[in-house]
Amino acid sequence: MSTWQFYWETLIPAVNKGLGLSIALIVPSAVLGLALGLLVGAGRAMGAKKTLGRLLNLYVAIFRGTPLVVQLVMWFYGLPSLALILEGYFKPLGWPPFWRGLLLSPYAAAVLGFTLCSGAYQSEYVRGAILSIKKGQFLAARALGFSKAQAFWSVIAPVALRRALPGCGNEIIYLIKYSSLALVVTAVEITGQAKMVASLYFRHLECYLLAAVYYLALVTVATAILGYLEKKLAVPGLDPH
Amino acid sequence: MDFFKNLFSPEILRAITDFSQSALFIAQGSGYTVALIALAMLLGLILGLPLSTITVYGPGWLKKLTGLYVWFFRGVPILVLMFLIYFGFFDLIESFYFKLFEERLVLTPFKAAVLSLGLASAAYQSQIFKGAILSVQSGQLKAALALGFSKKRAIIHVILPQALRISIPAWSNEYSILLKDSAIAYVLGTMEIMARTRFMASTTFAHIRFYLFAGLLYFVLTWLGVKLLAVLDKKVRIPGLAHDVFRAED
Amino acid sequence: MTEPRPLLEVSRVTRVIDGKKILDDVSLSLNKGDLKVVIGPSGGGKSTLLQCVNFLQVPNQGDVFLDGVSAREMSRHNINLFRQKIGMIFQDFNLFDHLSARDNVAIALRKVKGQKKAKAYQRAMEELDRVGLADKADLYPSQLSGGQKQRVSLARALAMDPMVMLLDEPTSALDPELIGEVLNVIAQLSYSGMTMLMVTHQIGFARHLTKEIIFMEAGRVVETGPPELLEGGPGGGRAAEFCAKLAEVTGR
Repeated sequence: MSTWQFYWETLIPAVNKGLGLSIALIVPSAVLGLALGLLVGAGRAMGAKKTLGRLLNLYVAIFRGTPLVVQLVMWFYGLPSLALILEGYFKPLGWPPFWRGLLLSPYAAAVLGFTLCSGAYQSEYVRGAILSIKKGQFLAARALGFSKAQAFWSVIAPVALRRALPGCGNEIIYLIKYSSLALVVTAVEITGQAKMVASLYFRHLECYLLAAVYYLALVTVATAILGYLEKKLAVPGLDPH
Repeated sequence: MDFFKNLFSPEILRAITDFSQSALFIAQGSGYTVALIALAMLLGLILGLPLSTITVYGPGWLKKLTGLYVWFFRGVPILVLMFLIYFGFFDLIESFYFKLFEERLVLTPFKAAVLSLGLASAAYQSQIFKGAILSVQSGQLKAALALGFSKKRAIIHVILPQALRISIPAWSNEYSILLKDSAIAYVLGTMEIMARTRFMASTTFAHIRFYLFAGLLYFVLTWLGVKLLAVLDKKVRIPGLAHDVFRAED
Repeated sequence: MTEPRPLLEVSRVTRVIDGKKILDDVSLSLNKGDLKVVIGPSGGGKSTLLQCVNFLQVPNQGDVFLDGVSAREMSRHNINLFRQKIGMIFQDFNLFDHLSARDNVAIALRKVKGQKKAKAYQRAMEELDRVGLADKADLYPSQLSGGQKQRVSLARALAMDPMVMLLDEPTSALDPELIGEVLNVIAQLSYSGMTMLMVTHQIGFARHLTKEIIFMEAGRVVETGPPELLEGGPGGGRAAEFCAKLAEVTGR
């Protein structure tokens, strides 16, 4: 088999297939992670001293303090162990087999892992952005007769979202790169495909270089989109610094 | 209550002692993990400092080159980088090293991991230093030049000492990122915390307790490192020097 | 002859924060068209008093009545309706940093009063025109001078058709040469019959416009009276003493 034939007929189609799965992993994880981050970040900024705030802080500390790899194996290998224990307790009692819900497919485990981890990081940016807004803005809205919720959505949220955008965008770019860790839970995306072809044909350099090129392309495109978005939403004088 | 009687049965007690032995085995991986991070951070510092200086003060064509370096190493996932360096560039690196030092290098998984993490960290650290250099007021450079410093010496003696101090909080962030990334090195077979945990978990099938333990270990290491850098920050702090340019996220 | 019912009545308001009485049994009332000026040393509770009037801070005791309507009663239902009828001007403007001048004025019309965009914009432009800033409608707060910011915030409050305006040291964050433009707008408002309660250190200005000065110290109303109160000379009250000191400092 010639080199070109190898590229066109084996390597590129395989990595393209992986690209499909990569995108199918990244997009929902990014959207869900951002949504989670918004909720958690707002909750932490508004209720820092209440029980809910403390619980949310704990969640963020755990998911930011441990490696994503450990979290992923926990969901993929740890949850089935838990299911086994639950089965031992509840099967003799005649319960319906709810523990089977803990047996996640590689894809589901990866999306769950990415979402929970990404949400924790996103919440940091959201929280910081909300806290960076001067108290007077809220006061002024309340003085005009806005309710608390109205003041939050009309005045705090638009500024906070703009200020959080660079950080949140950066986090999505991280997510693109860390999606390669889906390999750990046997979801075969770009990296997994490259690895398979590499070890099958023993052509490591080309395979991993191509994978690198694919990630570079994804990251570069995402960066461009985010830059465009930031420019479009920019308001003079709104930078926190 | 059978449950409480069983709690201290010989089986449970043996499981606990077994676990403490396995846990010790995992915890001993901390040495590898810490060595991995320390060397990677050092490599990142050694490469990142000149990279950032060139990015700010260098000639145009060199700036483009450093920009390319940063773009590549910030865009490629650590996992792919590790595969690329350990499997892809294996022969190339070994023959290059032989030509350079006339000595055989054995590219162990550990060395490959240090190289991957260090090269990527250099890209990140160069961004940190760049921001710090730019935050040092331009009057500082002017004053140094007026005193007769050459530009190079002014950068080394006036700008960088300030920039490095300003960078410490961001450095603490970089440490915690590297610590978490170091867990990925298990795919090459480096015997750090994660590899040992995977080994114990897959042989005993007691996944949950071992991964929880590993998580705890990383948690403690993050905390220790951040504390250590906070102490350093306090020690070299100069009143009035902008410390709020970066805020550590951890 | 019966006294007309006051438009705004602050009745025996006490506000305690961390065990400290910031306001201690403060009462005052404004008839329609009145401009009353609150003066006194800082930390005397003036800003707290204004924030208690529209219940941004809820008084521990006492109540506020606007046209006979109790704020405390309203706070059980919807205090926001009460606040809509009271305009407030802050010392540091508190314009919404992410909105243009026009949108700063229009946003409450749209989101609180539920007006259509076109109608709200039309009103916003009228109000901006009234404060002489129609040509700056598209600029953002960071692009405006301090005096212009404060005029936008006046337009923002006026657009809500308030019955009463509360002004909390509206000129004290401004450079001296910018104070005039803001005071001009306030004076015009007063001539046109707006009811206003203003905290200020601009004693000369206050003297010309107001019929009553309220001197506050340590959370209490110490003296109340016509502007002549301030000229007491030796043996005069606390207010005169305070003004003499202020004149010493500012050279006026």
